[in-house]
Amino acid sequence: MNAISLHRIGALALRYLYLLRSSRVRIIELAYWPTVQMILWGFITQYLSGHSDVLNQAAGLLLSGVLLWDVLFRSQLGLSVVFFEELHARNLAQLLISPLRPIELIVALVSISLVRTLLGVGIAVLLAVPFYGFNLFSLGLPLAGFFVNLLMMGWAIGLLVSALVLRYGMGAESIAWAAIFALAPLCGIYYPIATLPGWLQPLSWLLPASYVFEGMRAVLLDHVFRLDYLIYALLLNSVYLGLGISIFLATIHNARERGSLLQSGE
Amino acid sequence: MTESPVIQTENLNKHYGPVRAVDGISISIARSATCALLGGNGAGKTTTIAMLLGLLLPTSGRIQILGEEVPRQIRRVLPRMNFSSPYVDLPQRLTVAENLTVYARLYGVRRVRERLAILGRDLDIDAFFLRPYGSLSAGQKTRVALAKALLNEPEILLLDEPTASLDPDTADRMRGILTDYQRHSGATLLLASHNMSEVERLCDQVIMLRAGQIVATGAPRELIHRYGRKDMEEVFLDIARGIQSGEVLE
Repeated sequence: MNAISLHRIGALALRYLYLLRSSRVRIIELAYWPTVQMILWGFITQYLSGHSDVLNQAAGLLLSGVLLWDVLFRSQLGLSVVFFEELHARNLAQLLISPLRPIELIVALVSISLVRTLLGVGIAVLLAVPFYGFNLFSLGLPLAGFFVNLLMMGWAIGLLVSALVLRYGMGAESIAWAAIFALAPLCGIYYPIATLPGWLQPLSWLLPASYVFEGMRAVLLDHVFRLDYLIYALLLNSVYLGLGISIFLATIHNARERGSLLQSGE
Repeated sequence: MTESPVIQTENLNKHYGPVRAVDGISISIARSATCALLGGNGAGKTTTIAMLLGLLLPTSGRIQILGEEVPRQIRRVLPRMNFSSPYVDLPQRLTVAENLTVYARLYGVRRVRERLAILGRDLDIDAFFLRPYGSLSAGQKTRVALAKALLNEPEILLLDEPTASLDPDTADRMRGILTDYQRHSGATLLLASHNMSEVERLCDQVIMLRAGQIVATGAPRELIHRYGRKDMEEVFLDIARGIQSGEVLE
């Protein structure tokens, strides 16, 4: 009775897959922005490669950066936007009076975020091959480590944003879009962390994504896999994801105290 | 030996700062009873139901459902209960069948298709199984919500305005379905309603609330007799306006 039920998680994941299936526009929208970004940065790479030693050395630097950044962005958005669907549909109370546990809700949200990220970024990754002759999989095995870490960080932020919206209402929804962009300059997506002012660098090293993008540059430029970066990122992600889950669960508990679950909606 | 009640609260309170939404409610509902929670807007009906469902944590007091302490043991109770209310909804873009399938799986219903077919026929919703829930009329949505509430054949069914938005014919049919379900399953029904003829027809117990407190309890006939009125509508008005039983309205 106390165990987490894969059956219930599957049931809720099915609900999100039904939702995705119900609108072709949604599926196109998933791949649209990652593809547009990939095309844009592909052209920038082509232009700059004749003028930059760094890009001559590793032509896929910017494209890898933009595609990996989209993994982070899509995983965060994939979780929070799907959670907002429950609030818009006034369905959260129905879910919480069913046998579904809040932790199972989180696992279902994370699962569907993974599907949405794979769909959205996957299409852009595949299109980059015929468009620019760039294959992200050329990063090799480290790519799996980068991918997992960026997903985890995206989920942690997604859970925090969802908790904020549950606490402060749909007015806070725009945070879902803005939150991650505030972190983008600190993550070193397109430039090394050393480029940042000295006082900002310690803050940057608190972000798991900074280790991922530094690790990506180490693979592409120095042909070195930095296991230490991967471990730091995993450790930080474990802390942030734990915090995200705890805060999300605490916010649901708080909503039960405040009586806001019956009022959630547009 | 008397069977212990399936729903029992003792001195249940929900306060929001100085506001006492529910103020010391003690109720006891027997198995297979159909009980109405009545009262004007803000009387505390929805707050009480939300606490029984674990959606709202009480400020103080005790709730026991099916022998389990709520909210502490709510996980043991939720698979055996269900709820329907106009205050909650289902995903608009999913079809009726998709919505019911998802909830059937969440409740661990075996033979989902079979159960959906039975509910589709009983509630006359099978014709729009493939339509998005959001495209249905208010009455159709109410029927689908009731189907969702009956999916797991609950031992306790909590209903908030079960026939709101339904035309008289459909509302009458819904009441028939609820009565049949209650008879064949032995389920306990607790409903909040403003429809007094519905209460007279369905319920064997009435709990009247005003300002978060119980002001009268009893069977509908008994209350009508006690207040010297001709039907529950008049009793409701007396109680909502604070007139004590036996008083005569000038």
